[in-house]
Amino acid sequence: MDVYVHGLEWTLKELFVYPNEFIYWSIQIVMYPYMTGLVAGAFVLSSLYHVFGQEDLKDLAKFALVFSFALLIVAPMPLMFHLQHPMRGMEVFFTPHFTSAISAFGIVFFSYSIIVATEIWFVYRKFFVEQSMALKGKEGLVNRIKWLIYTALTLGAYDISPEALHKDEKAIKILAGVGIPVACFLHGYAGFIFGSVKANALWMTPLMPVIFIMSAIVSGIALCMLTYIIIMEWRKFRIRTSKKPWEMTAEEVGGVELDLMRKTSKYLIGFMIAAITLELLDLVFRGYTAVKSWDILRSIIYGKDFVNIFIKQYTFGNLIPFIMLLLPRPTVKRLVIALSLVLFGVFMMRWNVVIGGQAFSLTFAGYMHYKIPVIPHNMQTFKEGVTGALVIGIMPFVLFWGINKIVPSLKYK
Amino acid sequence: MRQTRRDFLKTITRGALVTALPLGAFKFLSPREARASVESTKVRWGFLVDTFKCVGCGFCVKACKLENEVPYDTPVTRTWVERYVILKNGRMLADTPMGGRDGFTDPKVQEEEINPKDIAKGFFVPKLCNQCENPPCVQVCPVGATYQRADGVVLVDRSWCIGCGYCIMACPYGVRFFHPVYHTAEKCTFCIHRLVKGMNTACVDACPFGARKVGNLKDPNDPVTQVILNQRVAVLKPEYGTKPQVYYIGLDENVR
Ligand code: SF4
Ligand code: SF4
Repeated sequence: MDVYVHGLEWTLKELFVYPNEFIYWSIQIVMYPYMTGLVAGAFVLSSLYHVFGQEDLKDLAKFALVFSFALLIVAPMPLMFHLQHPMRGMEVFFTPHFTSAISAFGIVFFSYSIIVATEIWFVYRKFFVEQSMALKGKEGLVNRIKWLIYTALTLGAYDISPEALHKDEKAIKILAGVGIPVACFLHGYAGFIFGSVKANALWMTPLMPVIFIMSAIVSGIALCMLTYIIIMEWRKFRIRTSKKPWEMTAEEVGGVELDLMRKTSKYLIGFMIAAITLELLDLVFRGYTAVKSWDILRSIIYGKDFVNIFIKQYTFGNLIPFIMLLLPRPTVKRLVIALSLVLFGVFMMRWNVVIGGQAFSLTFAGYMHYKIPVIPHNMQTFKEGVTGALVIGIMPFVLFWGINKIVPSLKYK
Repeated sequence: MRQTRRDFLKTITRGALVTALPLGAFKFLSPREARASVESTKVRWGFLVDTFKCVGCGFCVKACKLENEVPYDTPVTRTWVERYVILKNGRMLADTPMGGRDGFTDPKVQEEEINPKDIAKGFFVPKLCNQCENPPCVQVCPVGATYQRADGVVLVDRSWCIGCGYCIMACPYGVRFFHPVYHTAEKCTFCIHRLVKGMNTACVDACPFGARKVGNLKDPNDPVTQVILNQRVAVLKPEYGTKPQVYYIGLDENVR
C-alpha cells in the first residue's frame, strides 16, 4: 500500500495547529452537498407544477424531473471519490450505524431514487406504450433494440385508455407530493451532517439544514433554467442553419423560451430571498452572541475568507444576479450570466462552509489553508483536486444526454 | 353470557400484558446496555497527566510511534506534547513540532524569537485520546467501525472503516487522523493490547519523570483514582459534553 498522510499535500498550516489536523474534507465534500442540492432543487421545481398546479412551469417540469434523475445518479459519486476505502462504501447500506447522520444516506437516497424513477415512469408510460406499439415488427437492429427497451419499460402495462391515464395523473401528483419532503430531507440531512458536528464552531448551528435546503432549491432551479436555455439556444441554432422546415420558427422558440424563463425566475428570486435571510440571520446571531469561538470565526469571516464570502458569494453570487433578475425586459444573455452567477454563488456557499469550517484549528489559535491541487500527480491529487471536481461536474450532463435519448424530456408534448 | 365490570377489567389487563410482554422482548438495547449485560465492567481505564512533571523530552511520542507502528517520520501521531509560552503582556504562543517527538530544542516558538525576559510562564502539555465517556467520534461513524469497549477505551476496526473522516471531524481534541499505511481512522488506544496483559501503556513506561499514569477509575484504591478523587484536577474542553477521561494536574487556562 502507498504510504502518505492524507491532507498533507494540500494543507498549509499557520500558527498553532494540532499535529493531526489537516484539511480532511476537501473539494469532493464541497461537491457532495452541491450535487444533492441540485437534485433536490430540480425536483422541487418539477413538483411546483405537478403538485401545486403552477401551469406556467409545465414545460420545464418534465425536463426538471428527468434532469433531477441524472443528477441523482451522480450525487453519491463525490462521496465515493472522497472515501479512503471506496470499495467498502457499501457498508453504509449493509451495516448502518443509525446515530450517524451519514448512515441515513442509504435509506433516504434509495427511497428518493425510487420516488423519482416511479414518477418518471408514470409521466412517460403513455410514451413508452406508444413507442413499443409503433416499433413492433419494424426491421433493423436499432429498431429491434429500441423496441426491446421500450417494451421492457412499459412493464407490461399497456392500458392507455383515458381512465388509466387519469389514474397515472393522480399517481404522479401523489409521488411528486411525497417527493418534496423527501427531497428536502435528502438535502436537509446533508446540512445536518455539518450542523451536528459540535467540534466545529462554524458548522454547528441548527439553521444549517434549513440554509442548505433553501440554497439547494436556488441552485436546482438555476441549473434547470440554464440548461433549458442552452438546449433552446441550440435548437434555435439548428432551426436557423438547417434547410428542412421545422414545426416552429426560431423566433417562436425564442418567445416560448423567454416567457418560461421570466415566469420561473420569479420562483428563483423568492427562494433566493429566503436563503439569504437565513444566512444573514446566522451571521448576525453569531456576531451578537459572540461565544468563545467568535474571535477566530470573525478573523476567518471578515479576514481570511472575506473575498470568498462577501465578494464571491454574496456580491457576485447573490446581489448582482438578484438585480439582474429583477430588472425588467430580460434577455437571454442577461439570464445566462445571472444564472451562472447564482450557481457560482451557491457553490461558493458550500465551499465557504466546508473549507471555511476547516480554515481554523481546533486550538482556536491557528489556521489552515486549502491549496487545491490543480494538476494531479497521483490518485489523491486527482480525486481531491480540480480534476476530480470537474469529472463530477460534467457527469450529470453526460448522463442526462443518455437518458434523454430514451426518455425525451424536451420534445415530447 | 353477562360480563361483570371486574371480569372485563381483568380481561383487558391480561390482554395488555400478553401484548406488552413480547413487545418488551424486542426492546432495543443501547450498545452500552447490551455490553453491560454480557461483560463485566469492573474496569474503566483513565489517564492522569501531571503537567508540572513534564519537561517536553518527547520520549513518550517516540515510544508511542514505535509501539503502535505509526510511520516514524510522518507528522501524524497518536500522542503529542505541546509547548506553551505565556508572555508578560498576556500573549500566548504555542507549538508542537513533529508532535514534540524530538523534544523542544529550538528556542523559537511559532517561528518567533522570544526574549526570555518577556516570558511570564512556560510549560508542556502532553495530549492523547481522552477515551471520552460520551464519545462523539463513535456517535458519527456511519458504519460502526469506531466503537467503545466496556472498559471505556474507544477503538477503530481497521477492517471495517471506510475512511470517510467523519470521526476525525467530530473529535474536538484533534486526536484522530488517517493512518499513513492503512488509510483508516487512527487514534490513541491507551495501548489496550498492553493494558489487558497487565502492562502499562508505552508512553507511561517511556516517561522518565512520571508525568503520565494510567489506571482503573473503578478501583478506588488505584493510585490514579486516588489522585483524581483527592486532588484538584481538570479535563480538556469540558464544554463539549464529551466527558473526557484524561485528567490533568496543573492545567492552565491557556491550554487549548
Ligand atoms: S478524545 Fe476524540 S477520539 Fe478520543 S474518545 Fe474523545 S472524541 Fe473520540
Ligand atoms: S473514518 Fe472510519 S472510523 Fe471514522 S467515521 Fe468514517 S468509517 Fe467510522
